[in-house]
Parts: sequence; structure tokens; C-alpha cells
Amino acid sequence: MKQFDKGTENLKVFSATVQEMAERDNSCYVVTSDSRGSGRLVLFGDVFPDRIIEVGIAEQNLVGVAAGLASTGKIVFAVSPACFLTARALEQIKNDVAYSDNPVNVIGISAGVSYGALGSTHHAIHDFAVLRAIHNMIVIAPADNYETRQAILAAAKTEHPVYVRMGKRPMEHLVDPETSFQIGKSIQIRDGNDVAFIACGETVYQAAEAAELLSTYGIQARVISMHTVKPLDRDCLLKAAQECNAIVTVEEHSVFGGLGEACASVLLQAGASLPFKIVGIPDEYTVTGGQLEIFSHYNISGIGLAGVAQSLLSKC
Amino acid sequence: MQSIELQKKSLEYRKKILTYIKKAKAGHTGGSLSCIDILNVLYNRILNVSPERFSDPNRDRYIQSKGHSVEALYVVLADRGFFPESDLETLCQYQSHYVGHPTRKVHGIEQNTGALGHGLPISVGIAIAGIKDRLYYRVFVLLGDGEMAEGSNWEAALTASHYNLDNLIAIIDRNTLQITGNTKDVCNTEPLDRKFEAFGWSVQFVDGHDFAAMERALRSVPFEKNKPSLLIANTVKGKGISFIERVANWHHKVPSDEQFVLAMNELEEAEKLLNAENN
Repeated sequence: MKQFDKGTENLKVFSATVQEMAERDNSCYVVTSDSRGSGRLVLFGDVFPDRIIEVGIAEQNLVGVAAGLASTGKIVFAVSPACFLTARALEQIKNDVAYSDNPVNVIGISAGVSYGALGSTHHAIHDFAVLRAIHNMIVIAPADNYETRQAILAAAKTEHPVYVRMGKRPMEHLVDPETSFQIGKSIQIRDGNDVAFIACGETVYQAAEAAELLSTYGIQARVISMHTVKPLDRDCLLKAAQECNAIVTVEEHSVFGGLGEACASVLLQAGASLPFKIVGIPDEYTVTGGQLEIFSHYNISGIGLAGVAQSLLSKC
Repeated sequence: MQSIELQKKSLEYRKKILTYIKKAKAGHTGGSLSCIDILNVLYNRILNVSPERFSDPNRDRYIQSKGHSVEALYVVLADRGFFPESDLETLCQYQSHYVGHPTRKVHGIEQNTGALGHGLPISVGIAIAGIKDRLYYRVFVLLGDGEMAEGSNWEAALTASHYNLDNLIAIIDRNTLQITGNTKDVCNTEPLDRKFEAFGWSVQFVDGHDFAAMERALRSVPFEKNKPSLLIANTVKGKGISFIERVANWHHKVPSDEQFVLAMNELEEAEKLLNAENN
């Protein structure tokens, strides 16, 4: 099992995994929009200059070209900052990738508020919402290095479109590398029955921190990495609703249309009724700053989430 | 010397386009009639595709970026045996695969299109793959002159010349009209030739209703080695039916019963004339 040093960015794991894949399989291509540096793909470009297709700063073209390449049977990674890729090129993702079922691996880099200080132009907190609403799109936000590697390997094997988004923060290890990874099947990071944190992407770490804090108060929190935002792992969610007193969802995304609302939809339609809170970026001009500063501002921190959970449990 | 066979086919195709649009009560009449002669030449003279070898990695690709003219594509594909023509009886009907824009559910269609400005980037990707894989297929993509206002086309035009894609042939169905009126009045996309030349393409003009000229041009691709080719086909929107020709309002208008009879009569007359000239 491949191990990465603690503190490795998910992005670096992505590029290392793709490079390893390219060494084995000469049909593996990367398409970039002047984004090889941000995608940690400079080395890939040096090693495989013929298999990196650079289209310049042109995201719509990036996705269209990737769809054309993928239609010929190649493994294609279309790599661009999530903020541009899933907004400017949304119609290409909808039509050329999803509708035409061209199996492009759409890779949204520096997702969420990874570019927090650069302002809303560079934030991607809408991508779950828009891509969830597009048929034939799988949406994945891996929590750590292990999930990132497994998500990339699984995406490449899938003969359908997949969107994987990741950030550039050095990550702690959260998932046991022996855990099996399956698209659509969440991973439990920590067990507990008082409250369940259903989190995804780079916020899972904050949920785990909150669980640790809560345990000092005698509150046992379950932490689930819901790495696949679509299709959602309904069984895990309904199990949490049955076994825990409250659910807190956590995401680096708008509270509109993301993981939280996806969970709410499943729970409500299944008849589950329990204290429930969506933690994410509220519908306002997003505060700017570093990713962790923005997280803290919106309670996406160990202390913040522990507080949200305590407040929710007090209503039980 | 014009091919009688192609001329006859186009008359038949025009009848079928109108017949199925009439039956469906939906369709893009003007654009289908402007590009049908181009499709006739492509599918009957140029493309090395057939129903039997549609999964052959080395087949030529045809992408219809101006997807709204799908009725033209349907009648040509049916004629080439990709599916029974009777399937078109279901055009635009509930749950039919024969929807108002191309989809891969229909045998013979390479990519789902319909939103404008998508076909050229996809074609660039397929052309790059052909060069990487050392396959000899060509990629033909049909665009509209109104469609050239979409910025994604110009992004793809840059990439095509950057990668020296001489296996890529774009054809612009330059009928000079779009839904609102004259393309030059809506938002002028001209001069298309000089723009594409500046983007590194090799450009030729052709009469988009002259079968022999189109065949000559399309047999001579690439126009220049290491450059993508653009064939600007000057066409008449609504070509072949006097009262539909050059009328923007016919973009997606469906003929009335009376108009349908008049149109069919015109096509019958044209056929009689053609037969008389060649007997």
C-alpha cells in the first residue's frame, strides 16, 4: 500500500498517482489550462511531454478537448482550478462530458476556499450544487492522501464521468490505508453514538478534531468521511440517523445545494427526524483569508464544530 | 461535371427533411436545407464511415456542431443504412431517440451536440488523439456562421493550429442568417477567412450547393500540411424551396399543409427538370 508523508497535499498525491498510472498505461493523458503548476503536474509534463495537452487559459476548450480525447478510449484527466472549471466550463461538463458520457476525470484543483485570500472569483463553493444536478456525474471530495489516491484510481477505472475536487493544504492522515475504498461508500473515521459528523473533503479533519474535543466532555462523536457527495451513501447516513442523537454535516461549500442538503433530502424522505445542522459557507459575501481562517470564521474548526454539536445535543 | 446521383439524392433528402419536420411539427427547416448538400457530399463521397465500421477506431469522424440542423443528418444517416428510415416517423415524439439535436443513442452519431460552440473543441480532442495514436482518420466538423460568435470556437481554433492538426477539417455552413436576422447585423462574425487565417488555419471557399466543387475541395484536405483546414461553404438558408430561401423566420418554422404541398411540388419540378436534362 502506497504511503505518503504526513503533511502531503492531496494535490501532490493526485499528481503522483496520475504519473504512476501514466508509467503503466500509455493511454493516460492530462489536459491543462495553464494549470500544470497549480496541479503539481510540472514533473508529469517533464516526464511525459507528449501526454500533457496544454490548451492555454481556456477552460471551456479544456473540457471539450478532454471529452474528445476520452471519446477515443483514453484515460483523461482535465485539470484546472475548480472555481473556473466548474463555472466557466459548466456547459461543457454538462454536455460534452456528462450527457455524451465521455469518461473524463474532471479534476477541480484548489477547490473550496483553498484560494481563500484571493477573493470570491477564486472560491469554488458552488461545484457540488451544480454538478449534483447534472445526471451522470459522480462527485468526490477526498478527505486525505489515502482517499485521494484511491479516488483517482477508482475514477480512472470508471467508464463514466467523475469529478474529483481537492485542495492544497498539507493533510494529516485520517483513513487507515488498509480500508477498502469504493465510490459511493463512505468511510468511518471514528465511532460514536451521541452525534455524527458527516463531512467531506478537507473538512473531515476538522470534524475529527471536534470529535476528539467532544470526547473530553464525555460526548462520543461518529465521524464519517462522505467522500462521494454523489451518489450519496444512504445506508451509512440512515444508520447514523438511527444510532446517533444528532447529525452535523460539514463541507467546504455553500450551505446551499451541497453535502448538507443532500443528506437532509435523504433523511427527510426516509422519515428520519433528529436534530440536524448543516455547517458550510453561508449565503453571504465569503470572508477572505487563509483556508483555515475562513474555516474558523464559519465554525468549520474543531472548536466550532464541537460547539455546534453541543448546542444541537442540548436540544435533544 | 455535377454528379446526377448526388443531385437526385439532395432533392430526395430535402423532401424527407420537410416531410419529417412536418410530421414532427418541429425542426430546423432553414439550416437543414442549407447544409444538406454538404452532408450529401460528405457521407456519399468523402467520409470512410459506414454502419458496419462505425466502431472502427480508424473511421473518419463527423461532428455536427450546429446540432439544430439534425434533420439533415438523420435523413442522410438513414439513407446510408445506419437505421431504418421509418424510425424517423418518431422524430421529436415522446421517448423517441430521434430528438431535436444529435445524440449518441442514434447509430451513426459521434457526439451529443446542440448547444453551440461545442463541436470544435471536441473535434480538436479527437484530432489530437488521432495524431498521438498514429491513426489516419480525419475529423470533419460542421459549424454555422452565426455559431462563430461563441467564444469557445476561437479557443479551439487556437489549439488546433497550436497542435498542427492537419487531420481536422472544419466546414462552416455560411448561410449568413441566424434566428434574429442577418448574421452581419446581429453580431458580425466576418471576415471568417481572415480571422481563421490569422489563427493559423488554411482556408478555402466553396459554393455549398456545388457538389463537384465541394468534393474537389474535400478530397484535397489538408489544404496545407501541418495546418487545420477550414472550408467556408457559401450556402443559402432554406435552399431549394423558393419561399423558404433567405428568410430568417424559417429558422425553425414548420411548413403549413399548404406550404408543404407547394414545397413538395417545387422539389418534384426540380426533379423532373433534372431528369429531362439528363435524358
